[in-house]
Amino acid sequence: MSVKVRIPTPLRGLTNGQGEVEGQGGSIHELIEHLEKSYGGLRARICDETGSVRRFINIYVNEEDIRFLQGTATPLKPGDLVSIVPAIAGG
Amino acid sequence: MATVRGLKCRECGRPYPADPLHVCEFCFGPLEVDYDYDRLRGTLTRKAIESGPPSIWRYRALLPIEGDPAVGIHCGMTPLVKARNLARALGMREVYVKNDTVNHPSFSFKDRVVAVAITKALEFEFKVVACASTGNLGNSVAAHAAEGGLQSFVFMPADLEQGKVLGTLIYSPTLVAVEGNYDEVNRLCSEIADKYRWAFVNINIRPYYAEGSKTFGYEIAEQLGWRTPQHIVVPAAGGSLVTKIWKGLKEFERLGLLSGPCVTRMHLAQAEGCGPIVTAIKENSEIIKPVKPRTIAKSLAIGNPADGYYAYKVVKESGGHGEHASDDEIVEGMKLLASTEGIFAETAGGVTVAAAKRLIEQGRIPRDESLVLCITGNGLKTQEAVAPTLKVSLQIKPTLRSFDESMTSHGIEVTPRNLS
Repeated sequence: MSVKVRIPTPLRGLTNGQGEVEGQGGSIHELIEHLEKSYGGLRARICDETGSVRRFINIYVNEEDIRFLQGTATPLKPGDLVSIVPAIAGG
Repeated sequence: MATVRGLKCRECGRPYPADPLHVCEFCFGPLEVDYDYDRLRGTLTRKAIESGPPSIWRYRALLPIEGDPAVGIHCGMTPLVKARNLARALGMREVYVKNDTVNHPSFSFKDRVVAVAITKALEFEFKVVACASTGNLGNSVAAHAAEGGLQSFVFMPADLEQGKVLGTLIYSPTLVAVEGNYDEVNRLCSEIADKYRWAFVNINIRPYYAEGSKTFGYEIAEQLGWRTPQHIVVPAAGGSLVTKIWKGLKEFERLGLLSGPCVTRMHLAQAEGCGPIVTAIKENSEIIKPVKPRTIAKSLAIGNPADGYYAYKVVKESGGHGEHASDDEIVEGMKLLASTEGIFAETAGGVTVAAAKRLIEQGRIPRDESLVLCITGNGLKTQEAVAPTLKVSLQIKPTLRSFDESMTSHGIEVTPRNLS
């Protein structure tokens, strides 16, 4: 199940400079595990020790925030676009 | 006295140097100033504070500046008004109004955060200061930049009240009116802050800027005689103020400056038309759902509050609650404060009074407990909100007869003065 994953600038050091990578997984959780195999260290930046997505990271599946879907259990289908976006602080 | 240890991530705790940084490189959490409280305990005494200047700078040991204040010397120590008439009108025994409508120089609580931020920007040797603003912050940045001899850029939504716009323009900044809401302005400013080397007080200087709000809380405690009130109602836009008032009270407690423990319940006030943090409080959910603002309380119209989560936590941790106010209730709140205590607050003040009224009626603020209302900005800045409902009482010709007739026809009776 191949999806496109957008990587924000601060994390591109872990993906060999790539802003977009391919990922596999039936859910966000599986996708993160898969990405960790190719890009070691990525999971720790996205998730805390409990496995929850960090508060100041937003993950969107086809422009929808997973917080309002099923969180990391949100299912994925081929061709989906997953975006990882740090929250904008300030204001 | 340098008691700043550095910056620290509020989420993962990673330490950083005291540089113009605001985001954790590891987890993207916000950074906060970290102090050496052990060094302060015992050396920062009530007497030391009381002998300081009548401004926020009496608390400078707890503010993140290295040298002397560079701007905003006269900021703070605004009146804590014992509001007897308002208390009676609300059915309360003891109500105080912390009145930042008269803060110096730009008539809102933002002078506290800006005095610190611009002093710090000068310490970092920035030449340009900037901000994204719903009005009060822009006024304050432009005013302090003028005082400090700095160039300033203020970014605001294009539809703000005239008082807020003129109240920025008069100091000769570059005012950028953005055709969008505050959240869009803020996102744009993040991109500009990245590209230019400017001190955006509420973006890259935010950790230092935010500390200035603690003085709002310090003053409440000091002016009450070194004790904390049982309830404080705070208006929320980005959510920073409530977290810093709480931080300030807890710092005083930690440093042994209070005559008892900190007993305050912190309550949040927002408009119905932009109340995402209060909604989360009511639903007991720590996920703040962003909204598109629609309210006359433009100063609080931040649909995606940067400190929303932390504001939620402070309210829950302190045992407080939150309430919304409709646009009509906001105007009624402004008028009630003015007609009972002679204080003319902007729309945010109306939100605070209205939300407090709801919380009192719900029994969440018991009538025999002490209450402080945070009044954060001056009413002359948001005249559009009340103009439609305020009418001249009598319109007459310049004759005594015209006056007497007008009084009679309006049914106004006053006992005439005895001239003999």
